Amino acid sequence: MKVLILGAGQVGRTAAYHLAREPDNEVTVIDSNESVLRDLQSRIDVRTVAGNASYPAILEAAGIADTDIIIALTSSDEVNMVACEIANALYRTPTKIARIRAPEYSSQEKLFKEGALAVDVWISPEQLVTEYIERLIHNPGALQIVDFAEGRVRLVGMLARRGGLLVGQQLRTLKDHMPNADARIAAIYRNSRFIEPDGETVVQEGDEIFFVAARDHIQRMMNEITRAEDKVRKVIIAGGGNIGFRLARLLEKQYHVKLIERDMDRARRVSERLEGTIVLHGDAQDEELLIEENIDSTDVFAAVTNSEEANVLSAMLAKRLGARKVLALINRPTYGELMENRSIDIAVSPQTVTIGSLLAHVRKGDVVRVHSLRRGSAEALEAVVHGPEDRSRVVGRSIGDLDLPAGAVIVALVRNERVIIAHHDTKIEPEDHVIMFLSDRRQIDAVTRLFAPD
Amino acid sequence: MRSILAVVNVLGALLALFSVYYLLPIGIAALYGESDSLRVFGISAGGTLALGALLFLTTLRFRTELKPRDGYLLVSLGWLAVTAAAALPMMYGAPWLSFTDAFFESMSGLSTTGSTVITGLDSLPHAVNMWRCALHWLGGMGIIVLAVAILPLLGVGGMQMYRAEAPGPVKDAKLTPRITETAKMLWLVYAGLTLVCFLALLLVGMSPFEAVCHAFTVMSLGGFSTHDTSVAWFSSVAVEVVMSLFMLVAAVNFSTHFVALRRRDFAAYKRDPEARWVLIWIGVSVLLLTAELVHAGLYPTFTEALRHATFTTVAMATTTGLVTEDFSLWPIFASMWLLFLSCVVPSTGSTGGGIKLFRALIMIKQFVREMFVLVHPSAVAPLKIAGQVVPNRVVFSVLAFIFVYFMTVLILTFALLSTNMDFISAMTAAVSSVNNAGPGLGQVGPGTNYSVLNDRQTWICTLAMFLGRIELFTFLILFSRTFWRK
Repeated sequence: MKVLILGAGQVGRTAAYHLAREPDNEVTVIDSNESVLRDLQSRIDVRTVAGNASYPAILEAAGIADTDIIIALTSSDEVNMVACEIANALYRTPTKIARIRAPEYSSQEKLFKEGALAVDVWISPEQLVTEYIERLIHNPGALQIVDFAEGRVRLVGMLARRGGLLVGQQLRTLKDHMPNADARIAAIYRNSRFIEPDGETVVQEGDEIFFVAARDHIQRMMNEITRAEDKVRKVIIAGGGNIGFRLARLLEKQYHVKLIERDMDRARRVSERLEGTIVLHGDAQDEELLIEENIDSTDVFAAVTNSEEANVLSAMLAKRLGARKVLALINRPTYGELMENRSIDIAVSPQTVTIGSLLAHVRKGDVVRVHSLRRGSAEALEAVVHGPEDRSRVVGRSIGDLDLPAGAVIVALVRNERVIIAHHDTKIEPEDHVIMFLSDRRQIDAVTRLFAPD
Repeated sequence: MRSILAVVNVLGALLALFSVYYLLPIGIAALYGESDSLRVFGISAGGTLALGALLFLTTLRFRTELKPRDGYLLVSLGWLAVTAAAALPMMYGAPWLSFTDAFFESMSGLSTTGSTVITGLDSLPHAVNMWRCALHWLGGMGIIVLAVAILPLLGVGGMQMYRAEAPGPVKDAKLTPRITETAKMLWLVYAGLTLVCFLALLLVGMSPFEAVCHAFTVMSLGGFSTHDTSVAWFSSVAVEVVMSLFMLVAAVNFSTHFVALRRRDFAAYKRDPEARWVLIWIGVSVLLLTAELVHAGLYPTFTEALRHATFTTVAMATTTGLVTEDFSLWPIFASMWLLFLSCVVPSTGSTGGGIKLFRALIMIKQFVREMFVLVHPSAVAPLKIAGQVVPNRVVFSVLAFIFVYFMTVLILTFALLSTNMDFISAMTAAVSSVNNAGPGLGQVGPGTNYSVLNDRQTWICTLAMFLGRIELFTFLILFSRTFWRK
């Protein structure tokens, strides 16, 4: 697939990296900063073009004429929209994705309907990250929560800890604990190595466990794996940027939220637009300030400033000063790995959160959702099965009979908006949404090929 | 000097425009065959027109676009000139008042205070009673606002004058792109609501003449009546209910009425941060006073107490000052509470007086914010009202206003005390006059009127009403050195 990425910022670079490592994709990146492009080209196998991303001549030079997907990720919403319009008007590019940050645009649903703006899909990384963090705060104990089928099914990653009912038990006992709950363990990682779970697998303390469950059963399932945690009441957010502000607005109705912002002007602007949040002007790495604002009785400390070093440091400090759970926004995957479960509780990688929504559009077959897991090494995806039976390798068969590659597990189906937890004998029907866990991302091709009808 | 002459020029136009307003009492005089009044009002109208024309024509060559600060001078001088002109028919006609009393009566009318020095209202010519109530109505929405609406010559400077006269701390809110249009719309809403009030009063049994006079009084939150015994003369619950309702309507910001009526958007009342507080304050106070009256055993039945508590609370809180009962005979808590309400209840942009609810809200929020910042020293806490941020500049100016307001009341009280008035009378007369409410307690209570005052006391109260109506700063600024320095 030929992909054209506009803008080589953080999201643009990550998208290029993820897309280019799939062998079928040809990726071109346009950016106005030549040195960034040079650097990018030396790291990954992409073509680069320097110039203004919305100028037709530049787009032409980047080969837009036969491009399948244009992904506009520049920092300007306006440039992104115009680029999509031009791609549509001059080159009839089939799929146009634009990053729209301003809620002033994205809240106008009519703008993105057929016949209005030529943007097929809009994504807002800040919004995705905000919602992701919100889910983690709503469900204390989880390391990662992702949605499938409009949120009906969730995949949750968490650590097994003493006090969880299932810890030290075989997986088959789950049925006895939760007789009528729809949940299933999708994967277990022990010392960072994948174990394909079956009935005899014994859960050990320290295992990283992924499970799927219908949304309402999540909390009960989590209690199987770790001791029930107290409800979150007090949240401190460090950083009043796009993510910090949105997060505060999302949380302030349910929790007691404080937000720390270093820039006075920004703090003032944020405080004017928030209703119940206490906005503090100061440095999140300032020990005195944190103590003054009762960091020791804070349930969640979320460091979401632009600087990942500051996030790591302030989160570590908050943990040290007694915050129950600390969470930091960290861009570099290796940093995240270094930190998570040690000095800080949860490392949120904006790229991992965002990239899934782009990947879904470049996959073969009808893949509607992709989530990158464990910093990109594993993946969970939702694909729609299409018939008819005689032309498909999956329709009409039970899951146990499918020729799935090693490390791929079908964990749930959504049929007519109903969630079905997968078993060996579950039969697949046309138009089912299949939710899969892939412990090895490289198997993706084999899987999508399996699901695509001949 | 040239700029003063330019102001005088507009002043001339203003007086000439005002002379047209005499047609109303002249018409009434003709209708009731009051030939004396017809003559006096005719001469006053002619004199005002002549003076206005003279001022306008002699200064015509100095006409320029007015500067912001000329606005303050014009509003102050305009009010004084119009008040003096309006006093003429009461000096040379029926009640035969002295200049002091006539000027007081005229100022009380235009400032919508409603204190009177005339005894024997029931036997006054119809034209004079109509004139007094008509002054209320004109002063309610504002002479200058009317001038801005009608006179194109004010031009851009109109906004400055509008701001100098408009009550309340936030004066930049234009309803329409052009200030002339905004002023017109406000008058249109005002006139329309007055018409509805008139019809409602007719419906509950008033004569057409009384209904017009009382519609003027009620919608402007004035307080003049055509009877010495005020609303008690009607002794009708229906009249009291209708009046109470329209007093509440008039205590709401007219911009809100405009939005609600023009765009058929009645949620505007819900969004208005003041409207709901007006109702809350009055509702709670009615309950409080009813309880107090029942407790004191002043009225035989609960309903009787409720009825008088309701009407009196609405009338005093909205700074109207119409009365059915002599509340100075009520327990001191009740009567003082009524005066306190007159300080804080009316909304910005309504026809009421006092410090306005918006300023009171800002004060309360500022107090809460101070405490909040003590607990969270690093907090950034903007002051918000109904989700809207109030800039610190406005907060400061409100603080300054309230300080000056209380200092004014204090100084006027001392001034009245220096005339050997008793403390309760002096204090309540000052508060009531500055708030444009009307009746005080003691010597100036609802059972008597301001005719008991000597000349010095009358002038002090006149000044108080004037200061209260144009919200202190517009007049006080004329005494500052910076205003006159080139």
